[in-house]
Amino acid sequence: MGAMHRVPVDQVAVDARAARLGRRSIKRSAKEAALRLAVAMTDLTTLEGQDSPERVRALCRKALRPLEGDPTVPSVAAVCVYPRLVALAREELAGTPVRVASVATAFPSGQTPLRLRLEEVRSAVEDGADEIDMVISRGLFLAGRLDEVHQEIAAVKEACEGAHLKVILETGELGSYENVRLASDLALAAGADFVKTSTGKVQPAATPGVTLVLLESVRDAWRRTGRRVGVKPAGGIRTARQALHYLVLVKETLGDAWLTPELFRFGASSLLNDLVRQLLRLRDGCYTAAHDLSLA
Amino acid sequence: MSRTKSPPEPAAAPGWDYAPAPETAPVEIASRYGHFIAGEFVPAADGAEFATINPATEEELSRVARGGAEDVERAVAAARRALPRWSRLPGRERAKYLFRIARRLQERARELAVLETLDGGKPIRESRDVDVPEAARHFFYHAGWADKLEFAFPGRRPKPVGVCGQIIPWNFPLLMAAWKLAPALACGNTVVLKPAETTPLTALRLAEILQECELPPGVVNIVTGDGETGAALAAHRGVRKIAFTGSTEVGKKLAAAVAGSRRRLTLELGGKSANIVCEDASLDQAVEGVIDAIFFNQGHVCCAGSRLLVQESILEEFLEKLDWRLRSLRVGDPLDKNTDVGAINSRAQLDRIRTYLRIGLEEGGRLHECHDQPLPAKGFWCRPCYFTNVQPADTLAREEVFGPVLAVMSFRTPEEAIARANNTPYGLAAGIWSDKGSRIFALAARLQAGVVWCNTYNRFDASSPFGGYKESGFGREGGRQGLRPYLELER
Repeated sequence: MGAMHRVPVDQVAVDARAARLGRRSIKRSAKEAALRLAVAMTDLTTLEGQDSPERVRALCRKALRPLEGDPTVPSVAAVCVYPRLVALAREELAGTPVRVASVATAFPSGQTPLRLRLEEVRSAVEDGADEIDMVISRGLFLAGRLDEVHQEIAAVKEACEGAHLKVILETGELGSYENVRLASDLALAAGADFVKTSTGKVQPAATPGVTLVLLESVRDAWRRTGRRVGVKPAGGIRTARQALHYLVLVKETLGDAWLTPELFRFGASSLLNDLVRQLLRLRDGCYTAAHDLSLA
Repeated sequence: MSRTKSPPEPAAAPGWDYAPAPETAPVEIASRYGHFIAGEFVPAADGAEFATINPATEEELSRVARGGAEDVERAVAAARRALPRWSRLPGRERAKYLFRIARRLQERARELAVLETLDGGKPIRESRDVDVPEAARHFFYHAGWADKLEFAFPGRRPKPVGVCGQIIPWNFPLLMAAWKLAPALACGNTVVLKPAETTPLTALRLAEILQECELPPGVVNIVTGDGETGAALAAHRGVRKIAFTGSTEVGKKLAAAVAGSRRRLTLELGGKSANIVCEDASLDQAVEGVIDAIFFNQGHVCCAGSRLLVQESILEEFLEKLDWRLRSLRVGDPLDKNTDVGAINSRAQLDRIRTYLRIGLEEGGRLHECHDQPLPAKGFWCRPCYFTNVQPADTLAREEVFGPVLAVMSFRTPEEAIARANNTPYGLAAGIWSDKGSRIFALAARLQAGVVWCNTYNRFDASSPFGGYKESGFGREGGRQGLRPYLELER
């Protein structure tokens, strides 16, 4: 590949635009529809050292029926786990529309030899992962070795063998919106199906501003090539109110075509129960106690 | 009406749209309003009145006194009577009044925002986030100057000018009242203010606030009416200073009216401001800036960036992005919190805009509307749009439309950008979009405009002087410079 074109990004203006879109007023029917949509876009995630088979079973059950006894609340888009737990999640979710996503490539640092990272991807796919969330080598990227980053992403894409590839840029380590934009453009060129902001292990994680930069990168690629790539903010999105803000960003940057789990996801865990709580409030007119909602 | 090529329309998705979100704060509007003279509301001397309507629905909101020569006479007399005490009041005491007015504006912000939107058609988002907070900000800012005028002009003894006649436009009714009143009062002057014919209600609400704040009677008098009322005020020999914001045409008449009379005049007039986008700009952010520059307040902005100059190498890409962005603009009910572009202020203004659209097409321009959502059946509406194939000699490149109509031209070199930007009788504002600091400074220094915004547009603050070059007027408002027209500087 040739030298990547660096697209200038004005951080002040991006943040101002993102903040302004946070002031849209989403009420009544629009709010209810948005909450359901956000549930359907959630990648319900657990990525802790203490993750156990029991915890993953609970997560899968919650993913299928976010609100016990109310079939109008859709299942989430995917369950996202470490590679060791993929086979179990696959088993729990067999025959359901909920997909299994696995982080791979030495998540969250990416600091192992490429050979091992590719092996990890192949193993997760073999165990039944539908989607792979990889991390880029931030070290290579910040050193300006963009060709190598590109080659690594392309190699992972190949190892995915048809599984969807989400490329985590870890925007909190990239230093500027211009770098975020460059990393996103690079991932798109290398074949990413999704660009994803963060691992959730680094602060700041997803922000409206950084997500807007990704949406603009995806929009330009679509305009140039006609190819539609998804966007996934992850980390730090805990409230329904935040989720609605992101949906507004998507709607007003890329249009309604992107308002589908095929093209937009939330990487989150505690978000799901807040979405459910807000849906219940719309239904019942009062808030539900935390102990009345099942744990994820 | 043609459309430029854009990205293919995405396939229909499970559509999600915002439900109507009208601002519902109740606002009481009296069935009629008199002039505010010597602290009291009084009917017109000859009983004349006129209707003020909601431009989004064409419904009558209230009836307002039409000021004649006798009303102006009474108002000026009241202002003259109030002058000696007000001007001798220590600055720190005047400051207290200004501060109180600012606080009261904040406390009644929601009501004022709704009223501004009802009477003028601007989106509630703008009246709530810009007009009302900025109006309060002007009173706060000038409260700070009231007891520090000697520091603003070292070595001089600043004295008030006297009775000021202030004539304000309909595009920012409350904010322009604040721009005019706050410095005049801080400097110890008394005032007769004439709001615009189509938008008198917020100025009258401000009069109620002045009553609440117990501003001494006669310090501020408000006479409502039309152009004749304004002319009577400008002609009155008891008025020592005239401040006008409005059209260049009226500004020229005012200049003739005060000529040879030793009365002071400041004019803030029209514009045809150039927004220059260089090829190295952050394009998505520049598109936002261009949208803000021309569609803010339906383009009813004297400093609107109504001429867009785009470097030829990025013109096609830029226009594609502009088309896309235009489609997501939400035009409609100004009271809806999600509306981006509201109603045109009046039937007369809509007719004027339509005339310009027709002339633009006749002269060979290509109209791009892009925005294709339905508009409300009643009320005055104009789709946000832009013209390509506009040449510098064309009407749309030279005359102020004062509506949501953008004229797009291109340039190849910085020299050409400067030449085209300055090729106008006006000189109010300009914008530059570039990622390169040295380029920004080189361009900005050569633009003949009172304000040059760099990588932003339509940003205002009470501390930043605002005003024009050439036929955009003279005198500055805001900042230390904005105090000068309201003071005699004795040695």
